[in-house]
Amino acid sequence: MMLQTKTTTGLVFFPAFDWAISATHPEREERLLYTQDQVLEEGLLDVEGLIEYKPDLATVEDIQRVHFCCPDERRVITESHLISAGGAKKIGIEVMEKRIERGFALVRPPGHHAMRVVHGARGFCNINIEAIMIEYLRQHYGVDRVAIVDTDCHHGDGTQDIYWHDPDTLFISLHQDGRTLYPGSGFHNEAGGPTAVGSTVNIPLPPRTSEEGFLYMLDEVILPILAEFKPDLIVNSAGQDNHYTDPITNMCFSAQGYAELTSRLRPDIAVLEGGYSIEGALPYVNVGIILALAGMDYSKVREPDYQPEKTRQSQDTTRYIEKLAAVIMENREKNAGLLEKHRATMKFSKRERSVFYDTDQIHESQRENLRVCPDCSGALAIDSDTDRGNQIYAVHIPRKACKACQELGYQWFETFEGKYYDRVFLQDRPRDQYLVRGVKR
Amino acid sequence: MIIGLDVGGTNTDVVLIGNDLILRQTKVPTDHSNLFESVWTGLEEITRNVPPESIGRAVLSTTLTTNAIVEKKLADTGMIVCSGPGMDPELFRTNDHYFCVSGSIDHRGREIQPIDPREIRAITSRWRTAGLKHVGIVGKFSVRNPKQELEIQKLLGDDFDFIALGHRLSGNLSFPRRIATAYLNASVYPIHKRFFEAVRSSLDKKGLHIPIYILKADGGTMSLESSMNYPGQTILSGPAASVMGSLPFASESEETLVLDIGGTTTDMAVLIRRAPLLDPVGIELSGHKTLIRSLKTRSIGLGGDSAVRIVDGVLNIGPDRQGLPMTYGGPLPTPTDALVVLGKFSGGDARASFNGIEPLADQLGMSVENAADHIFSEACRKILEATDQMIADINSKPVYTVHEILEGHQVKPKEMLVLGGPAPAFASRLAALTDFHVRVVPQWQVANAIGAALAKNTSEVTLFADTEQGVAVAPEENFAQSVKRDFDKKGALKLAFDLLRKKCIQQGASDAEIEMEVLEELQFNMVRGFYTSGRNIRVKVQVKPGLIPEYREIAETLFKDNSPSGTD
Repeated sequence: MMLQTKTTTGLVFFPAFDWAISATHPEREERLLYTQDQVLEEGLLDVEGLIEYKPDLATVEDIQRVHFCCPDERRVITESHLISAGGAKKIGIEVMEKRIERGFALVRPPGHHAMRVVHGARGFCNINIEAIMIEYLRQHYGVDRVAIVDTDCHHGDGTQDIYWHDPDTLFISLHQDGRTLYPGSGFHNEAGGPTAVGSTVNIPLPPRTSEEGFLYMLDEVILPILAEFKPDLIVNSAGQDNHYTDPITNMCFSAQGYAELTSRLRPDIAVLEGGYSIEGALPYVNVGIILALAGMDYSKVREPDYQPEKTRQSQDTTRYIEKLAAVIMENREKNAGLLEKHRATMKFSKRERSVFYDTDQIHESQRENLRVCPDCSGALAIDSDTDRGNQIYAVHIPRKACKACQELGYQWFETFEGKYYDRVFLQDRPRDQYLVRGVKR
Repeated sequence: MIIGLDVGGTNTDVVLIGNDLILRQTKVPTDHSNLFESVWTGLEEITRNVPPESIGRAVLSTTLTTNAIVEKKLADTGMIVCSGPGMDPELFRTNDHYFCVSGSIDHRGREIQPIDPREIRAITSRWRTAGLKHVGIVGKFSVRNPKQELEIQKLLGDDFDFIALGHRLSGNLSFPRRIATAYLNASVYPIHKRFFEAVRSSLDKKGLHIPIYILKADGGTMSLESSMNYPGQTILSGPAASVMGSLPFASESEETLVLDIGGTTTDMAVLIRRAPLLDPVGIELSGHKTLIRSLKTRSIGLGGDSAVRIVDGVLNIGPDRQGLPMTYGGPLPTPTDALVVLGKFSGGDARASFNGIEPLADQLGMSVENAADHIFSEACRKILEATDQMIADINSKPVYTVHEILEGHQVKPKEMLVLGGPAPAFASRLAALTDFHVRVVPQWQVANAIGAALAKNTSEVTLFADTEQGVAVAPEENFAQSVKRDFDKKGALKLAFDLLRKKCIQQGASDAEIEMEVLEELQFNMVRGFYTSGRNIRVKVQVKPGLIPEYREIAETLFKDNSPSGTD
């Protein structure tokens, strides 16, 4: 009698048992210990069709496709980040090579709060492991349209930032309302940059949302939008801190709920993000997600203290969620003509914002300048400085940039002069090149 | 003097080893329908006219339990499993008398749901009526807290001959494998007991009151008495015997690949500076994935007697064996026949080999000699492909720390030791095809029996401590102790070493055999809220497989003389 998965499923398990942000930080050695116990004790790795892989090590080049690291990559990351990103990358490669149908990178540290510019760690994240994987797959396997569904309880503001101007990457984040939780963003009117309107979707859920609310949003908002977008690849940023026992959030989701969500969402690749109820939630949620990915029965996976009637959301919450779903879908319709309007009326679009790195306590100010291009998503320049005295100028030429935007990107990069700037960067995605130049002080 | 006996698929090999030489060696054809006869004949022949008091010990490696499992000749066994949440325990059903009951323990060993004694009593009475005598009891996470398995055992009473408790069989995690392991231990118990009681009493009758040890799949030995508690440990000791037999000849500073080329299969194993590599989880046999400690081995269906055919114009060897090689009157050409044609092996009827390969040569459009050479090379190529896969498999084993990812040791053997029937001929061709330093194990004909004779006791102890709960447990050793908040990894290791020493002595080891080492030492600070609430400690220590110390040097001299060598 051999147990067999319905779907061939790959697993990279990397608990980084020797790495922590600090001794008592939630992101510490112990985080995946009990998950490993549960996965091993359930015998999941013996199931035919469930294959465990060793993570790859991501390279500096992999990071340079996604980020501008200041002052450079090595100084904002540790080896553990390269393994975590490499774990996601390994799963991506195995899926692309068709050795597995789906995969799960159960790795730490997480990455979804890491934005395009990286001065340090924010929200426990230094580099964006999903984006690093996706851009690697785009470069090496010609993947084009990718959907990221972020089911972590915190808004995936880093992933949103990286793909804000990319019409080929649909980013959907389902999270606890930013008025009540870090990072305080992800409101439903955040829908993408001028040349990528609608490719960002935010679903801020009220505190104490339970299974019903999550699955309602999945069925009524996420799945229809995915069907319309027709992605080549669906990536799930599978944070597990929506759980009713999570110590740093206020939601009421469960292992059954996560398994059901995974089963309906059918992601090609899942990547662990947050989740800090390391004993009460993670062991069960992860087993549920693995079984759901593998197409196996998860009906008996439940937390020892699971009592759905106790965590069920209120009537008010249900009504709020139904209304919110309707608003999100209406807004999408209203936004439909915006891209053409932007292209007709704007030449450049500028935005200014400040970014706070809570983990490393850094304040950054950014000034962004996007060419609202009639032919592509447009060259982008970012001028960034921090309260630590670092200042950089970074140019991003998007993957499908037109000739004019490519030329403009190089012109920006080559001609930029600034007295107090440390470095000038160019991320040339069409040529898969990353250039750095120092500036005279 | 010591005796080593290894029951193989074709022959049973026995050696009597004296102070620095093999005093006697003998081969008895293995009779699978009467294994006792084979073992007994071997023992009688080897001990003829030897003063009983001069024999220090006998180590036996048999296929008894292995065959019982492969042929599904297992005793009716009752299984009670306590699962709690997770995968459906029905998925791991072993047989008809398999019952899933209430009760649940979590990953830290806390009781989540109690057992229900009424359920157990109802099952017990059914089993009594059915006349079941052998039982396995297995709980999820029982290796963190055996409470419920023990409660169930107590409720079962004294009506059963043998009860296998999951937590006593291994300290490793894997509920499904624990179920399979308990089932196999309970269901091979009667056949193991009957057999070895017969061996014991027959020896006693002859006045041979020598201590008997049984070889295990991990290349270590245990006393006959302790094998009665763990009969499942005796499965698949055969490949281990050969590996142990090659040990004294392996490099002390390098990694070595051991190839045992038999009639039906080629078995391979890896030695790291003379210590065999163990399987990280446990043995797999006939679809049963278990927690039984074993050497890491790989077996492919290619040996001297494998059937050679042309399939769609392409040469195909094995994986089946259709009988003897044609040189001995068999039905199909084999790699052995190719060796006969090439003059590398004398065999029996050379003409029969030639005639057997001729039609294949015609189809391949080659001379018979070239076809024979092609068969030989192809067999070597397939073996090397499998060794490459095995090494890759070992090196791709996932690791869980940054340190291991960056500094992790990669196995890269440079030396190859070959034993088994066609060893000399294969060794020289394998040497020509690779960069390996290839050697034939001297005394390769009886290396397996020598390996059994010289193997020392092995054991493993897993200790788990949780200072927040204030406990240190090693359920496998029936050990639990309360610990204070300052208990740490150092204390845990000391405790584990003490337990290991005790276990080895119980299993019949001599003091000199007990060389202990650490396999795993993990300590985690448990943080609840923003404060450290305790430590979670996991340590695993072992006595690694090897040769009994007093015979180590003797073993080297044993192997020096008349090493057969081939030419290519």
